[in-house]
Amino acid sequence: MKTYDAIVVGAGHNGLTNAAYLAKSGLDVLCLEKNDYIGGATVSRNLYKDWYYSNCSYVCSLLRPEIFRDLDLARHGLQITPYGGGSVFMENGDYLGSYPDEEVHHREYSRFSKADADAYERYSADTMRQCRFIRDFLLRTPPDPTSFKPRDLKELAHLGSKFYGMGEQRMYETIRFWTMSVAEYLDEYFETDVIKAALSGSGIIGTALGIHSPGTAYVLLHHYMGDVDGNIGAWGYARGGMGSVAKAISSAFQAYGGELRTDAGVEQIVVKNGKVKGVALTTGEEIDANIVVSAMDVKRTFLKCMDKSDLDEDFYNRVNNFKIRGSSGKLNIALDGLPTFPALPKGSPLLDGDMHFIDSMERMERAYDDWKEGTWSKDPYVDMVIPTVSDPTMAPPGKHFMSCFVQYCPAQIEGRDWTDEERDQFGQTVINQIAEYSPDFKDLILHCEVRTPKEIENESGLTEGNIFHGELTMDQLMFNRPIPGYAQYRGPVGGLYMCGSSNHPGGGVMAAPGCNAAREILFDLKRPDITPVNFGDD
Amino acid sequence: MSDRYDAIVVGAGHNGLVCASLLAKAGKKVLVLEANSQVGGAAVTRSFADGYSVSSVAHLLYQLQPQVIKDLGLNIETVSNNMGTIALSADGNHVRFNGDEVSGVGDEDVAQFRDFRKRMTRFAKLLKTFLNKTPPRLANDASKSDLFTLAQLGLDIRRLGKVEMQEFLRLIGMNMRDEVAERFDSALLRGAISLDAVMGTHLGPRSPNTILTYLYRLAGGDGAISQPSGGMSSVAEALAHSARENGATIRTNMKVKRIVIENGRAAGVETEDGERFSSWLVVSNADPKSTIMNLVQARHVETEFTHRIHHLRMRGNAAKLHLALDGLPTIPGVEKREYADRFVIAPDDQYVERAFNNAKYGETSVKPVFEICFPSFRDASLAPTGKHVMSAIVQYVPFELREGWSDKTHSAFEKLAIETLAEYMPDLADRVTASELLTPADIEEQFHIHGGHWHHGELTMDQFLFTRPVGGAAQYAMPLDGLYLCGAGAHPGGGVSGAAGRNAARAILKSGYSL
Repeated sequence: MKTYDAIVVGAGHNGLTNAAYLAKSGLDVLCLEKNDYIGGATVSRNLYKDWYYSNCSYVCSLLRPEIFRDLDLARHGLQITPYGGGSVFMENGDYLGSYPDEEVHHREYSRFSKADADAYERYSADTMRQCRFIRDFLLRTPPDPTSFKPRDLKELAHLGSKFYGMGEQRMYETIRFWTMSVAEYLDEYFETDVIKAALSGSGIIGTALGIHSPGTAYVLLHHYMGDVDGNIGAWGYARGGMGSVAKAISSAFQAYGGELRTDAGVEQIVVKNGKVKGVALTTGEEIDANIVVSAMDVKRTFLKCMDKSDLDEDFYNRVNNFKIRGSSGKLNIALDGLPTFPALPKGSPLLDGDMHFIDSMERMERAYDDWKEGTWSKDPYVDMVIPTVSDPTMAPPGKHFMSCFVQYCPAQIEGRDWTDEERDQFGQTVINQIAEYSPDFKDLILHCEVRTPKEIENESGLTEGNIFHGELTMDQLMFNRPIPGYAQYRGPVGGLYMCGSSNHPGGGVMAAPGCNAAREILFDLKRPDITPVNFGDD
Repeated sequence: MSDRYDAIVVGAGHNGLVCASLLAKAGKKVLVLEANSQVGGAAVTRSFADGYSVSSVAHLLYQLQPQVIKDLGLNIETVSNNMGTIALSADGNHVRFNGDEVSGVGDEDVAQFRDFRKRMTRFAKLLKTFLNKTPPRLANDASKSDLFTLAQLGLDIRRLGKVEMQEFLRLIGMNMRDEVAERFDSALLRGAISLDAVMGTHLGPRSPNTILTYLYRLAGGDGAISQPSGGMSSVAEALAHSARENGATIRTNMKVKRIVIENGRAAGVETEDGERFSSWLVVSNADPKSTIMNLVQARHVETEFTHRIHHLRMRGNAAKLHLALDGLPTIPGVEKREYADRFVIAPDDQYVERAFNNAKYGETSVKPVFEICFPSFRDASLAPTGKHVMSAIVQYVPFELREGWSDKTHSAFEKLAIETLAEYMPDLADRVTASELLTPADIEEQFHIHGGHWHHGELTMDQFLFTRPVGGAAQYAMPLDGLYLCGAGAHPGGGVSGAAGRNAARAILKSGYSL
């Protein structure tokens, strides 16, 4: 029977990226996917007539440009277009816009506060400085601070010199930034509630934390450090939906000679004599390989797909305590036409952007309180986009697709499973919130897919539907991610690697963990490193 | 111009007294000015009803540093040492713990608690070595001693060993709720530990950083809790005595109005009464915000610095409730001798989190949490014979109440607090003969601490070590020549530890400050 050089479990964007680099290096690689479609949570699905839903991830920015170019994803059909700003609808009938054009943005913020409009410049500069610092580490393997290996010491020294290179005051600011809450961070710049509410959303998307929880300022960064065409912090749509990202990477992978199999769910990662032997599929079929790379999150990898006896007890317990919490839900809606938002001026470009319906910091935080009590937010933070405003390929002419990302939505209701009625009520909560600001919205709904963490987990395999494969808190970042001592993509068993978002630098459609894991695998195989190095930052 | 001093210490809080005493001991001519009539600042015993006295703010000693005791040759008499903790349950099935031992929980929890304490104590010890040191500067031109201290910090962490080091680096940023949820079955135990982690802060058990605050509390004195004889004033008096013995002058009822700035440097102070005292060295025991914004005034310091000071977070959340009782209240399931212990009301971690929810929106907790003791049980000097005093820290009581503090809101909360206590002490209401509630707003007014925050600034990672009170000014010297900070707002933070005062004195003496 054939033995592959490597099997990658899971054809999400990280699994595919990892597989593509291994194949590019000349290895014989098989990528397995349990669903009959690829992409994992980076997917466009045809669930209703001619509509294509970006039904998990919905906007793109974090995808590393180094990988985009290195794998030549444009040639493989990937096109990302920046979108036109954002808006927050207010209870008093007004709205707050944010625009990519600095002048327009300044004028808009000035409507609320001249001081805030001016402060935005400082805020952007300071946040961007933190972005620049972190961007340098996205395509690097985190050093192990307990190790004395030359490679680790070199990386530690790099980290140290980058940090010291910022200068004294910037160092202190960085320490503060990494540990404070997004609310406190924003308080240092702005006075207007709605402006703070608008900016704070990025600090909590995908996390089980509130805007007042220390550490959320860093999460903010996680939504700012991407770029579209070199514009750091910009967000865009992948033409054809997020599935186009997976398709393009998969096309690159196959062009390098890799083999892809869908409908091939892995039941177990087979270990023999303390080393991986291959995988066993749910069908009973066994496939051998020298290396197995898991693109699944760590909990799914080790708790569900491995035999407990193959793992050290302490390791097992640590994985068990890894925090990966369901906190987000999703609504995907097919619309008969473009809904109107009377608060927006006629012809506003903001329809081609993200829209939000929470206008105060208190409402933001109260949404989190509901989650802590084990239920969905009754007044949720919704990040809504209508990609079809600028991308005609996702819905029939004149029709639209709307994606609503909802924070907060627990994996379980008060400790037990969701019922179907509750799921529908959750969907209704979101629809009602939007309908407050768009009178014709409800009548335009043709089809609506409501996804709680349960549905997300069942389909894409993300434990608790956590979009980041694990909380982005200090105790689970850098050399602590996923667990201390295993932050360099190597599993606890010989030949086993991890390349999913549970690893540094974490989630989002970034492809960095997949690429970094490939670097480590090639290092262990003593093959030349063909993974891209960081672009020097502007 | 009246007398010239080598150093003027603004405020006779315990840190100010420690600093003054050490400077005087080094031969400096020191003047301490205190606004109140008693020394001690927030470490003070006051009478709140006829015949009843209580430690008004800080009421238990956790962390008075042995270095301070030794340097100043202090002799602090305590009436209870090594107090145990009883986590109260409304049904009388309480959980008791002291040191590494816990009772009233399952065997699994007993073992987990031992393990938990062992680990926490180990990390607290690491922290402890840094309490009594000036934090190093992080600068490209940092001095050799800064680099040495920094290297030592790195080395100390490494010396924990691989596994413990990994665990330390993981835990230090984590929240207490996750840690207790991973470990313990007993809701009471989870609640009590959560309470210890959040007391005095604007954090809930789910807020990351609450492991750090727990460690900080533990770091002072290996977690042993004691009650000084005669209340906290005995600590303050002992410190004042030591300062005077060493030659310092302490003057009370002298509220400093401003720090006099001449030629861009501190040159002395002026009191509310218009008296002026000269010195090229002014050491402020006041909190950083009051020091810079009120006493110095923003125009005398660099604007980036004032910007940071202005943004220091120091909204107090802890109130003090004092009850004069005509007898000990009945607590079902508690034996008489146990009234010497510390009681907490925090039935589970979620309860504590809910109590915090209210504070986020400027409301007082609907179901507050408490740390309670009966100081008069072992110390007859605090109440008339046969009568007793209850001293309780109540959380969360925001400094800025949304509807504003008034007699109405004040007494409404006091009533609520006593009602909550009565769920655990059924006959409490009948025993109360007098009471006093000090909200953070009252604490600000009476003890001159901005925001009524007992740490003089939130003890979170972004205001800790290198960045306490703010980055670049963590070495006690403020960016104004001749001005130092020696209070809890400086490293390492609050609690009756004396560490900040001692470190400041050492930094001043080391800086080669001469006349």
